[in-house]
Amino acid sequence: MSATSSAPVKNLDKGPRGKRSVARPLTYVLLSLGLLVMSAPFLWMGISAFKTQSELSASPPVWIPTEWTLTNFRQLLDKLDLPLYFMNSVIVAVLVTVSNLVFCSMLGYALAKLNFVGRNKIFGLVLGALMVPGNLMLLPLFVLMSKLQLIDSYAGLVLPFAAGAFGVFLMRQFMQSIPDELLEAARMDGASEWYIFWRIVMPLVKPALATLSIFTFLGSWNNFVWPLIATNDPEKYTLPVALATFATDPNKAGGSNGMLMAGAFLIVLPVLVVFIALQRHFTQGIATAGMK
Amino acid sequence: MSTSTTTTEKAARPAKAGAGASAAPAPGGGRRKRTLGMQNAAGWLFSTPFLVLFAVFMAFPILATLAMSFTDFGLRNVTRPWEAEFIGFENYVELFGDEKFLKSLFNTGYFVVVGVPLTIGIGLVVAVLLNNGIDRARTFFRVGFYAPVVTTIVAVAVVWRFVLDPSDGLIAGLFSEVGWTAPDFLGSEALAMPSLIVMAVWRNVGTVMVLFIAGLQAIPTEVREAAKLDGASVWQEFRSITIPLLRPTVLYATVITTIGYLNVFEEPFVMTQGGPSDSTLTVSLNMYREGFNFFHMGYASAMAYVLFVVIMGITVLQLRLLKDNTK
Repeated sequence: MSATSSAPVKNLDKGPRGKRSVARPLTYVLLSLGLLVMSAPFLWMGISAFKTQSELSASPPVWIPTEWTLTNFRQLLDKLDLPLYFMNSVIVAVLVTVSNLVFCSMLGYALAKLNFVGRNKIFGLVLGALMVPGNLMLLPLFVLMSKLQLIDSYAGLVLPFAAGAFGVFLMRQFMQSIPDELLEAARMDGASEWYIFWRIVMPLVKPALATLSIFTFLGSWNNFVWPLIATNDPEKYTLPVALATFATDPNKAGGSNGMLMAGAFLIVLPVLVVFIALQRHFTQGIATAGMK
Repeated sequence: MSTSTTTTEKAARPAKAGAGASAAPAPGGGRRKRTLGMQNAAGWLFSTPFLVLFAVFMAFPILATLAMSFTDFGLRNVTRPWEAEFIGFENYVELFGDEKFLKSLFNTGYFVVVGVPLTIGIGLVVAVLLNNGIDRARTFFRVGFYAPVVTTIVAVAVVWRFVLDPSDGLIAGLFSEVGWTAPDFLGSEALAMPSLIVMAVWRNVGTVMVLFIAGLQAIPTEVREAAKLDGASVWQEFRSITIPLLRPTVLYATVITTIGYLNVFEEPFVMTQGGPSDSTLTVSLNMYREGFNFFHMGYASAMAYVLFVVIMGITVLQLRLLKDNTK
């Protein structure tokens, strides 16, 4: 069997490879062109942020600045309290991430490993929640938060995102692969469900927790609509709200593209660095959530 | 979302079987009954935090939006919600005579109808290129194409506004190098929406690419080899093997991209503020303005529900269309 099939396979290997020797450079060329287009806005941002005012509006355009300057950053920091907005964004993102890790894992564990009445109804609820667009809830949420006096508070920014359906779904998928025998053995030894969850299951799903942390933190860091609505006091703005308010107010930005590029640079750079460092988790997470 | 329905069905079946099985031997097995009772209590305790947050910050607002859409809810009702007056379907009737709303509905449709196929198509092409014969630099390319997805949309919209700037922008600079004059992309009624679409495709193509790469890698190599044995060309292999086997992925990618694009908000908010002359006013932006700038919250709630119904309708339609084709 192997003897008969090996011959044609060898021939076949030659066939496509012969084609590929032409196709492969073409693939590289196409991908490189695509990559150039994809990275052009980032490069443009990175270069423009360090240009002087005169080179920003020079005609013909200056592609590489003759002198790199930090003036844009200094001017921006004079006008915007970026460290404050940075802290607001970090605090909200950390709180959202921690609460998601705990609450989503709890429900994920229950859905994956506990046999209880109503489990399928709750899972249906989670799947339904995945499909509901966030914009549907904005108006009553604003009224609710006003009533609770949580506008301009961290609680108001965190609570609506404290337990996302995506997290529950992700954790359930991962926890299903834990063998039941392991949990049964612990139960036989008299371990409580909480002990099993916290001491046995959670350590086993560390990779999933890492994925969930990254996605939740990033989602919160990039979130715009709700922080825009839930904050009136500029002291409580998150970074995107501060930048958007600055960029859309003609009096503030004064048409200074240099300052805006400096602002965008400061928001985007940490995200890009973290992404490149942890890129494996991103693609795996998306694939897992999408495929199962 | 196809995945979600199939998973519920899958989850529902064994559970029913389990319930039937546990009902039968119940009189005999005392220990089993006790653990089941404990699992019931534990299951509900573990579910409580999510359920409470879900009830207060999701279920209640979803119903409240519906209730508000039948009232004249305004600024004064933010402090006294119960005093809003019931006005029946008045908001909905008004919506469909409101030219601004109809325009925002059209604009959102334009964004979706052009944007989704472009995103899916380009994402598929990039995924296929990355999956065929590229070993070196594969991660490099993948990271590059995915990077826009993770970046803050507000920051990216600010950058794109400058990229498209008619006097000092990147495109204007490139045009001037070859002696052309760049049009005022965001200031032109005809070009503003296509510009936003290009930006959205740029930002979202990475998500679709990652989904397709996972889908492509799930196709068994034996299937491809069998096709090659039968003398299939690269194109034939793509048409008859790759595309049909990728159908579930195409479905999933189309549904999530469509839902995302139907909600488009940040891009027009930052880049055009809905202009020029409402040519980039989307339903979400329109709703935000009516609700939070003018505090016509009842009216805005009706908008939110119309959009929600449209989203549900299109999602169900897509599931039907793309699923039936596989059978």
